[in-house]
Amino acid sequence: MKILVCISNVPDTTTKIKLTGDQSAVDLANAQWIINPWDELALTRALELKEASAGKIDKVTVITVGDKNAEPTIRKALAIGADDAIRVDAAPADAFAVAYEVSEAAKAENFDIILCGIESSDYNGSAMGGMLSEFLGLPSVSSVSKLEIEGDQVKVNREIPGGNELVEPETPFVAIVQKGIAKEPRIPSMRGIMMARKKPLNVVAPAGATALTEFVAYQPPQPKAACKMIAAENVGELVELLHNEAKII
Amino acid sequence: MSNVLIYTENFDGKFKKSTFEIASYGAEIATLLGGEAIALSVGNVAEDDLVQLGLYGVTKVLNFANEGYANLDNQAYASVVASAVEKENASVVIFSGSTIAKAVAPRVSVKLKAGMVYAATGLPKNLSPFTVPKKVFHGKAFADVVIKSEIKIISLAQNSYGVVENPCNVVVEPFDVPANAPFKTRVTNVEKTSGKVLLNDAEIIVSGGRGLKGPENWAPLEELADILGAATACSRPVSDEGWRPHSEHVGQTGKIVAPNLYFALGISGAIQHLAGVSSSKVIVAVNTDHEAPVFQAADYGIIGDVQKILPQLNEAFRKFKNEN
Ligand SMILES: Cc1cc2nc3c(=O)[nH]c(=O)nc-3n(C[C@H](O)[C@H](O)[C@H](O)COP(=O)(O)OP(=O)(O)OC[C@H]3O[C@@H](n4cnc5c(N)ncnc54)[C@H](O)[C@@H]3O)c2cc1C
Ligand SMILES: Nc1ncnc2c1ncn2[C@@H]1O[C@H](COP(=O)(O)O)[C@@H](O)[C@H]1O
Repeated sequence: MKILVCISNVPDTTTKIKLTGDQSAVDLANAQWIINPWDELALTRALELKEASAGKIDKVTVITVGDKNAEPTIRKALAIGADDAIRVDAAPADAFAVAYEVSEAAKAENFDIILCGIESSDYNGSAMGGMLSEFLGLPSVSSVSKLEIEGDQVKVNREIPGGNELVEPETPFVAIVQKGIAKEPRIPSMRGIMMARKKPLNVVAPAGATALTEFVAYQPPQPKAACKMIAAENVGELVELLHNEAKII
Repeated sequence: MSNVLIYTENFDGKFKKSTFEIASYGAEIATLLGGEAIALSVGNVAEDDLVQLGLYGVTKVLNFANEGYANLDNQAYASVVASAVEKENASVVIFSGSTIAKAVAPRVSVKLKAGMVYAATGLPKNLSPFTVPKKVFHGKAFADVVIKSEIKIISLAQNSYGVVENPCNVVVEPFDVPANAPFKTRVTNVEKTSGKVLLNDAEIIVSGGRGLKGPENWAPLEELADILGAATACSRPVSDEGWRPHSEHVGQTGKIVAPNLYFALGISGAIQHLAGVSSSKVIVAVNTDHEAPVFQAADYGIIGDVQKILPQLNEAFRKFKNEN
């Protein structure tokens, strides 16, 4: 069995977001780039499954669509433990284009399980995994908070409003994962970092996808009015303010 | 091609406010385009409930009640939506900002070569080019996104448009698609927690952080939630520690919520926490530390020990509720 994990290269979640002077772009010149947190958890789960599979899962591959700048991030995925990596050499224009590129690159190998995160922490698109599954004509399960393999059957937990469902998908399939999929993301060990240098990182040419959306302008959030402080001895005032000023209760 | 198709979600056969919100939103876009607002309902919803959509500007409801579709299968549901779009010649497709938008909408996008914007924050700013506002970087900035394809898919962030009444004559029309191949995903068990206010629907959320010190101190917080008819939530360390269930964790890596009123009790207000709650209309913070970053995001603040403040709050809100 083979697992593919899709990796989005995103600015560290604590990055201060500054816009360029003309507000046509986000200025990320000084950002630290990381593996999208969901993808890091997905990779962690893939490695746990491989280790528990007694050789049945023989490979965990990571893939990213990105230019050369994405390479340290995908290398980190190798250092964490992925066996090999693919970088599709194209700027990630939108989820549609990324999904198409990944689907084309993934066709060369028959992956049994493909893992995507539920959203990228930068543009919050929440779309790529579903699009990928449709391009590949594979079943997909979204909001996956647990993934187990029992014999030949994959069993996933899907979170629904106010509850959970146990879902058994046919394989191959695409799992779009969220909180719960793994406890803590693995961090690379020294040995992992050394080994990562020797692992294959295959750069492939893009298939030539067209994006359907374009981000054309940005605005900073509205500045928030100062917080009104209420004395601890007088919480009745809060009730009064919520009723008469905020008109919310 | 100026019709708008609205994918309406039901919960055990009932529509919720979020459904009426996207109906209102879709109807307004249909008006802007000079077309009709058509709703698609998948599942078993009574006629009396379906016609409620007419109160919000919907003029036609496609009622897809095929029993084979009782459980969500992303692939099969996407086919139903795509068929409805084609049948009605819709140029815009609206989803809510919920999990269904992440599961089904992207598949519809590929089927129809339709560009998609997830969690839009308002009406299109421009129809040509078709430009939709959305939050990026979890609310640290907003962006205008142009959808370049002929058909456009928008999922609307919850509570970002509101429910707008606009009574219309509505017809309900049965809808089906030719039998599909068997589903490739099988739902083998469903667990639902009943009786509690769900986080994603809640108008008011009472949320606790590590400042509550331990799971044994949650009773007064739950009491406040009871008094206000609110849902309970927590910060990530609280659910990581097992003080509260994971389903209550809000923030960047938990649930993104947008209630009218959010109480952050003993929560420091880390950027990852705020990412999930900053769209709340009003935020109230209680914290011992006047420098806690939560006060930068809050509208009202109280500096003090949450264990002393909570009983006072409960008393004050209970009194208010009795009088109003
Ligand atoms: C990639 C990533 C993703 C993350 N995602 C999330 C997320 O989705 N959601 C989330 O919540 N966090 C998330 N975090 C964690 C986040 O950074 C914070 O660590 C977390 O939100 C802190 O939780 P807290 O405010 O409950 O605890 P603390 O930071 O420990 O704060 C406790 C607060 O309680 C106050 N306090 C103490 N005693 C009292 C008292 N008696 N009365 C009143 N106040 C008191 C303190 O002054 C303090 O401000 C994430 C972190 C990372 C790195
Ligand atoms: N450039 C990319 N290359 C590979 N996978 C990606 C890329 N962008 C997004 N993904 C995957 O798609 C998921 C959802 O991303 P998005 O639709 O952009 O919010 C991420 O968690 C990744 O698993």
